[in-house]
Amino acid sequence: MTPVCRVDQIEVEGGVAALVDGVAVAIFRTHDGNVYAMSNYDPCSRASVLARGIIGTRGGTPFVASPMHKQAFDLRTGQCLDDAAVRVPTYDVRVDEGVVLVGPRLESP
Amino acid sequence: MTHLRKRIVVVGHGMVGHRFVQAAIERGLTETHDITVLAAEARPAYDRVALTSYFEVGAKALSLLPKGRYDDPRVTLRTGSEVVAVSPRRRIVTLSTGEDLHYDALVLATGAYPFVPPVPGKDLPGVFVYRTIEDLEAIRKAARRARSGAVVGGGLLGLEAANALRRLGLETHVVELAPRLMAIQVDAAGGRTLSRHVERLGLSVHTGAMTEAILGARKVTGMALKDRKSLDVDLVVFSAGIRPQDSLARAAELAVAERGGILVDEHCRTSDEHIWAIGECAAPGGVMYGLVAPGYSMAEVVVDRLLGGEGSFEGADMSTKLKLLGVDVASFGDAHGTTEGALELTYADDVTGVYKKLVISEDGRRLLGGVLVGDASAYGVLRPLAASGLPLPDNPEDLILPAGGGGGLTLPTEAQVCSCNDVTKGDIIAAAEAGAVTRAGTTCGSCKAQTRKIIEDHYAGQGQVVDRSICEHFPLTRQELFDVVAVHGYRSFDRIVEAHGTGRGCDICKPAIASILASQLGGHVLAGSTRTLQDTNDAYLANIQRNGTYSVVPRIPGGEITPEGLIVIGEIARDHGLYTKITGGQRIDLLGARMEQLPAIWRRLVDAGFESGHAYGKALRTVKSCVGSTWCRYGVQDSVQLAIDLELRYRGLRSPHKLKGGVSGCARECAEARAKDFGVIATEKGWNLYVGGNGGATPAHARLLAGDLDTATLVRYLDRFLMYYVRTADRLQRTASWIDSLDGGLDRVREVVVDDVLGLGTELEEAMARHVDGYFDEWRATIEDPEKLARFVSFVNAPDVPDPDISFREERGQIAPAVSLGPTIPVGGAR
Ligand code: SRM
Ligand SMILES: Cc1cc2nc3c(=O)[nH]c(=O)nc-3n(C[C@H](O)[C@H](O)[C@H](O)COP(=O)(O)OP(=O)(O)OC[C@H]3O[C@@H](n4cnc5c(N)ncnc54)[C@H](O)[C@@H]3O)c2cc1C
Ligand code: SF4
Ligand code: FES
Repeated sequence: MTPVCRVDQIEVEGGVAALVDGVAVAIFRTHDGNVYAMSNYDPCSRASVLARGIIGTRGGTPFVASPMHKQAFDLRTGQCLDDAAVRVPTYDVRVDEGVVLVGPRLESP
Repeated sequence: MTHLRKRIVVVGHGMVGHRFVQAAIERGLTETHDITVLAAEARPAYDRVALTSYFEVGAKALSLLPKGRYDDPRVTLRTGSEVVAVSPRRRIVTLSTGEDLHYDALVLATGAYPFVPPVPGKDLPGVFVYRTIEDLEAIRKAARRARSGAVVGGGLLGLEAANALRRLGLETHVVELAPRLMAIQVDAAGGRTLSRHVERLGLSVHTGAMTEAILGARKVTGMALKDRKSLDVDLVVFSAGIRPQDSLARAAELAVAERGGILVDEHCRTSDEHIWAIGECAAPGGVMYGLVAPGYSMAEVVVDRLLGGEGSFEGADMSTKLKLLGVDVASFGDAHGTTEGALELTYADDVTGVYKKLVISEDGRRLLGGVLVGDASAYGVLRPLAASGLPLPDNPEDLILPAGGGGGLTLPTEAQVCSCNDVTKGDIIAAAEAGAVTRAGTTCGSCKAQTRKIIEDHYAGQGQVVDRSICEHFPLTRQELFDVVAVHGYRSFDRIVEAHGTGRGCDICKPAIASILASQLGGHVLAGSTRTLQDTNDAYLANIQRNGTYSVVPRIPGGEITPEGLIVIGEIARDHGLYTKITGGQRIDLLGARMEQLPAIWRRLVDAGFESGHAYGKALRTVKSCVGSTWCRYGVQDSVQLAIDLELRYRGLRSPHKLKGGVSGCARECAEARAKDFGVIATEKGWNLYVGGNGGATPAHARLLAGDLDTATLVRYLDRFLMYYVRTADRLQRTASWIDSLDGGLDRVREVVVDDVLGLGTELEEAMARHVDGYFDEWRATIEDPEKLARFVSFVNAPDVPDPDISFREERGQIAPAVSLGPTIPVGGAR
């Protein structure tokens, strides 16, 4: 797995973009202390922006809202909550001794 | 059935006399009685409690009867009519003109007069009292030629008078006989804290000082104090207490109390069965009350009695809360701990000047009273708590510790929330449910916050207003959320969502709360934890574009720019390879900046004297201007100057939606001012102010709010208008639809902004003044702060590497965004 930053470099309920194997990956940290990673590319607006979205919850689902047109994506699965046909790839991610490690892109669940 | 109408004569049209008439009309007493009010003052009743604001708001705003007459034709008000004698035997009153008037019932509401101790020199020109609008007018006139002044009396009214002198630009002394300020209301430690606050404002406080004489031959030149150096002052205001105006009663041989005041029983009836006395002239059970709330209760009691009811006056709560010289001071219940066995709990912070004391019953179970200086935010909960005798929570200290503010407590339904108007929590909720309002908060205003909170908690508790709520996380509208934040003084999203919401918020409530916090607290929008609440435009202080790059819009106030300014912008755009365009808002947009380029671009702009144009914020955008009278042959006023002034005044103001203004130099309207949220059009005499214009999807023309204003009044109305909008509009509601949504529409806005019927004018202006004073350039503050800059990187692990998914093409000789097809996953990428 690739170390990308310290976990405290990501604000609580914030996100950062990291370059992993030449690809932009968005990494988020939620209020309950979890860290999630998904592609930074918003397929709805066709722009690399997801790390800059607002984090929140819908019911019990943690999500990021695209900063472009506000579509919400489940942080755990990358599933678009507003359009069943859209899903963003997620990445394996782990925090080890305060360092965020990003692993391979995960296949569809 | 009564066959003959009877006549009630009221002597005195002060606050209490007015309330008597109001209650008589409301409760139907005028069905059987004609009322004649005889008033010595030249104008109808006005809000004496708010007298000090006369200098800011003028007489009209203080009036309790702006029309000068009651709508009920059976009430006759005769101003400038002094009663000189009463004959209880013949049941007539005699006016100074010699005219006699018969009564069936006589209500004396003659109030009180300021007590001036018999010191030598008290009649010199330059000596004043502080009771009527005329007194204040005279003080203002004299202050123009004076350098320094003294107020005799350091009580509640004395400090108000001192504040007035200070605001009139005088060097001000407060001379108090007692060893501390506000001896009646606060205890020794509270008095000390108060003195420190007052002295910090530059006033000289002399406690334990006795005034021996006012010095001067033909006018005041100084003041002699016993055993102290005399004061070099040229104006003196006596505020050494009041005396009930009971001379008519004495001459008519009605019983009076030992210490003055017309003696009345619990029904407010004097020793003559046809004569009643209410307000400050009356002494129920021998006690005179120097506050308006007891007077209002007495007025209600007499109306009730005349209707055949059983009402009686049971004594009154002498609790007070005020803001004196900007310092919150409150005392309630048994503030001095005189109850047998009472315990005291105090909190003092000398650094911030906060002092709080709770007086608790011997068994520690009930709150008896207290004193709050410097921070009286808990008053709204504590006063009713003391009055209702509700058991205290386990840790009463939480009630006065800084974070506490009485948070977790719920008041019982019967707790009286507004003591001025005797409104209980139950009344407030009942009114809210019926879509009505109570009188709570309309007199001294000290219960306003608590009233709002009760309504808000009530709705929140019901969970039935889902339709109006902002999103799934808060059962509140934006306005309710605004009030909740104000009432509790919250500073972070976490606190707000924990106390009033569920979950962790979303892209709707978070930016709304960020905007509310920004309106209330000022400060940097990227400070601390608020950053993650912001929409991307606010989060990066730039507008996101379709390919993930941003645009940069420096402020160009009024559209006026120097050739040098134009050149600098051109150079910066050229050096960073940006696309440039003149916007529809009379300024220049630089587009296509990658996020990591923003700091360098802004560093150069700031160095060249530019600042953020807030094109990204729900905030003031531009105040568009025509060239105006400086150049244009038709112009009648300098529209450019006004547009610049307004743009600089309101820049950075966070609001429910974006705000735009315009100023045209004459009626030809080249600035399209009436297409803006606020538009100003020059007239020969001044400015016409229009509000509620909108371009966009639902265009609307701004409508006239007020005409021919001078610049100062224009700015004052605009301050109020904008703050009123900021406070009450819904999320993403432009001014046009906000005005339409108000009950009464534009007329309502005019009542609030121009006529100040809610008495909010000063508060709104002060809120705007805080905004203006607190303004700073967000972009400058960002480039000067390494912590904020740290986020302006393309990748956390490769800060300067451009995002490979952002690309451009060329169009008409400049760059244009190219659509990205998404990341190309390298071979083996999906391991
Ligand atoms: C740049 C500019 C167009 C231009 O090149 O001329 C522009 C660009 C945008 N406008 Fe505008 N508007 C621009 C002048 C206007 C005007 C004309 C004016 O201000 O005189 C209007 C009509 C007047 C009005 O607002 O009443 C206007 C009505 C809108 C609206 C509709 C608002 C409405 O009440 O219906 C939106 C949508 C919104 O805000 O929700 C909008 C939204 C936008 C946004 C912010 C859309 C977005 O979220 O990306 C655009 C991004 C700006 C950027 O990237 O910098 N823009 N927009 C103009 C910037 C002016 C400036 O200097 O700040
Ligand atoms: C600066 C200031 C600040 C105050 N702040 C507060 C506060 O924060 N909270 C609070 O509760 N109270 C406050 N008060 C006190 C409050 O204003 C009074 O309690 C209230 O005005 C009393 O009302 P009233 O109608 O009894 O008397 P007034 O308002 O004095 O009215 C009496 C009227 O009767 C008229 N009158 C008298 N004699 C005759 C006559 N013979 N014929 C005809 N008319 C006559 C007088 O001219 C006067 O207009 C303040 C007072 C002042 C001056
Ligand atoms: S609005 Fe009047 S003053 Fe302004 S440019 Fe047009 S014609 Fe001239
Ligand atoms: S307590 Fe004075 S207005 Fe309510």
